Amino acid sequence: MDKATQSVPAARSPKTNLLGLEKNDYRGRPSTLCKGCGHDSISQRIINVTWELDIDQTQVIKLSGIGCSSKTPAYFLGQSHGFNGVHGRMPSVATGAVIANRSLTAIGVSGDGDSVSIGIGQFKHVMRRNVPMTYIVENNGVYGLTKGQFSATADQGQVLRHAGVNDLMPLDVCLEALAANATFIARSFAGDAKQVETLLKAALKHRGIAVLDIISPCVTFNNHDASTKSYAYGKERQVSLQELNFIPNYEEIEIDEYDDEREVQLHDGSWIVLKKLSEDYDPTDRLAAYRVLEQSRSEGKFTTGLFYIDESQPDLVEMLNLVDEPLAMLPAEKLRPSRESLDKLIDAL
Amino acid sequence: MSVLVKEASPIPGEHELRVNDFNINVATANGSGSQTSNNILIRTLFKMGIPVTGKNLFPSNIQGLPTWYTVRLSKDGYLARREGIEVVVCMNAATVAEDMQNVMPGGIILYDDSLPVAARRKDVTYFPMPVKELVKKADLPFNLRDYVANMVYVGFLAYLLELDCDQVRAALEWNFEGRPKPIALNHDMVLSAYNWAAANVINNQPYRARAMTGFNEDKILVDGNTAAALGALYNGVNLVSWYPITPSSSVAEAVIKYGPQLRRDPDTGKATYAVVQAEDELAAIGMAIGAGWAGARAMTATSGPGISLMSEFVGLAYFTETPTVIWDIQRMGPSTGLPTRTSQGDILSVYYLSHGDTRHIVLFPATPAECFEFAGVAFDLAERLQTPVFVLSDLDLGMNYWISDKFEYPEKEMDRGKVLSAEDLDQWGAKWGRYLDVDDDGIPYRTLPGTKHKLAAYFARGTGHNEYAGYSERPDDWENNLARLTKKFDTARELVPPPAIEEVEGAEIGIISLGSNDAAIQEARDRLSAAGFATSYLRVRALPITQSIRDFVAKYDKIFVVENNFDGQLAKILVNAQPTAAPKMEKVTKCDGLPLSARWITDSILASLA
Repeated sequence: MDKATQSVPAARSPKTNLLGLEKNDYRGRPSTLCKGCGHDSISQRIINVTWELDIDQTQVIKLSGIGCSSKTPAYFLGQSHGFNGVHGRMPSVATGAVIANRSLTAIGVSGDGDSVSIGIGQFKHVMRRNVPMTYIVENNGVYGLTKGQFSATADQGQVLRHAGVNDLMPLDVCLEALAANATFIARSFAGDAKQVETLLKAALKHRGIAVLDIISPCVTFNNHDASTKSYAYGKERQVSLQELNFIPNYEEIEIDEYDDEREVQLHDGSWIVLKKLSEDYDPTDRLAAYRVLEQSRSEGKFTTGLFYIDESQPDLVEMLNLVDEPLAMLPAEKLRPSRESLDKLIDAL
Repeated sequence: MSVLVKEASPIPGEHELRVNDFNINVATANGSGSQTSNNILIRTLFKMGIPVTGKNLFPSNIQGLPTWYTVRLSKDGYLARREGIEVVVCMNAATVAEDMQNVMPGGIILYDDSLPVAARRKDVTYFPMPVKELVKKADLPFNLRDYVANMVYVGFLAYLLELDCDQVRAALEWNFEGRPKPIALNHDMVLSAYNWAAANVINNQPYRARAMTGFNEDKILVDGNTAAALGALYNGVNLVSWYPITPSSSVAEAVIKYGPQLRRDPDTGKATYAVVQAEDELAAIGMAIGAGWAGARAMTATSGPGISLMSEFVGLAYFTETPTVIWDIQRMGPSTGLPTRTSQGDILSVYYLSHGDTRHIVLFPATPAECFEFAGVAFDLAERLQTPVFVLSDLDLGMNYWISDKFEYPEKEMDRGKVLSAEDLDQWGAKWGRYLDVDDDGIPYRTLPGTKHKLAAYFARGTGHNEYAGYSERPDDWENNLARLTKKFDTARELVPPPAIEEVEGAEIGIISLGSNDAAIQEARDRLSAAGFATSYLRVRALPITQSIRDFVAKYDKIFVVENNFDGQLAKILVNAQPTAAPKMEKVTKCDGLPLSARWITDSILASLA
């Protein structure tokens, strides 16, 4: 080691994070989705955010179901284990994995077909259990891989080439999550890089389940202007609920610039700072969340931002009262009770 | 005051007594608390040293429908179901006429004296029990009256059969886990009934339960589901994810009961295992697979309908090569079938469960002791072979009490299989491929999520993949993968529990069976032997078929495959493995909701041999 490097504190290269990794190190394999797909921009947001937060990829697990969205975990965080499950059942696999190893950060990626049509049951129950994970719904209102059928989030009256007219009211991902007692509920638009990244950072730090409903237009099957999940619609109609700024706890908290703000402390001590656009919106107020979601639904707008957060609820792993060490890593002596205990049990039988 | 019926028959002499060799049938209404009384009865008999079996015939209902509990006492040590009823206890108005009719000539009938006796038989002895009067005298809270009323027949039987009253008391203490109030309440009722009978009834009937030795020493009385749960807890289970379904629920419930005392960190009080009641069987198996992938020992317990729901996920676990354990406590199918009746009808569907070319390791425990043992074997095999492992029990084994060998403390170290650590990966470098057959046994090496190494990660997928877990639609990749999985299955043949074989010198007949049929087969073999037919016996303990099973089939001129299902599902698998042996293989099957009896097996085989 020469004197120069000894005397000068190790300067962080702007190209590497605290782990000494470049952003490119957080990439996965090349995407096979259609060019311009909203899902790919979400993958990029995940790459950016995990790199920026200096997250160790080996301590992340990526989980997905079936569909275009569920393919994307192959396209980011190449050094994270991934599990591509069956259609609509990603939440149960994630639940099991998180119980097996509580130290892992779980990112689930799903779509509207995967989560709201075939998987609405598991979607609801993973919320109800407050499984500690980030649950991203890449929502485009259409089945892409099977080439253009309606999902349960498709707009009423929408027309698709083969499927015809959709007569049914759509299910709203955030309302469903709210009704199922999710503890972090947010919506954004795949094209809004800044907001998606801010929400992702907050979601990754949340204590329990964090649901991100990201409107992600399908460029091939559902990108006509009449669809509420098209780029044109999204860009015109998006109403931001708040401006969000995420401040990790190991960086200086700068709040002076923000007027009219609402701070929410996250489980790990970091803070999320919300800048209200609508007056008096309080994301800890469940009723307010219902109101704003119903209102935007009836007005045909999609309000974005953080609708609801509750950091007070214990997550599933806490509720199960598990040992601190991951169950999957426990040594044999902690897994097999003593011979004496068995003798005692047998005596009683 | 009830009218006392004093029969004219004299008190039988000692040589006329029928000791420890008869059936008791207790007919009650479901949900009336008779289960407690029946537990007391069977436990008392067990503790008196009498070989005893209890079969609970209960309806799919919470309250009101008829329930029967049949207790067999067998001084010769036979533990299978036996036809015929010598002693009946009638507590249910809905079935009393039929129950009284079904008693064998010479039998006795104990009945609640408020029930009507339609046609009085001359070939049986009646013992009316003043149930209402005794309950009234006890001055019980209204809501407890029906429950405690069933203790009346325990007291009556204690008098008539001459049960050991200390053991009745001990059984009550055991049943209520030492809680003084219910123990006293129930014991008072037993005593009150006993004393009334002693004062008013002449014991002129021949059936007696007498303490004996030579059989129950070093044995325990336990149900298979409790044994399964304990076996899992002693073999490192980390997650039980389950959905309630009869007759499997008591597996998870026993883990919930015994887990806290066995698997909590003594310093922190925190658990080294979790139990999660899922929203359905799909989620139950999904959680078990997620946990297995992440390196935990995970299991689920279900029955036929749950198996059907798990089908897709099981294929995923098979193809991603993820360890998981699935207990199937079989009941009658197809469809909802008879949810509270026993069957062995899931053998074929479980063996080949899921679409595409799938096949699975299946274990068949025969006794509670084997349920305990196989709980560990299943985890070891699942992690060694990186695949789902099924354990097929059934309602009869899982929910009924059995006299069993004591559980053996697992001596062998747990086999956690081929798992690479970060240090291993330093050595292997880029040579590691998730689905690469390095050891020529078809079993690849895996890494666990969380392994701190940049080469550790892989993407587990149900889609086509190559040896390095990359997505592939190449025909050769697909075929290579399936060929390796087949090789892995052949490796499994050497690792699964071998069959239990009892060969008899000079026997020309072979009997093949599995699971809980064992007791009935053993008894049937004694009967066949008495009829001049020596038999050898092979009990299949696991699939896939091993060489020792093939050898046994080859050795005998006539093979009877005995199963508790309609189609002869094990026979089909055996014939499939050895098509040329088909002509000498005969299925002996019965599927009526009841466990097999030795008489039926014997008669079926004799009829075929005639």
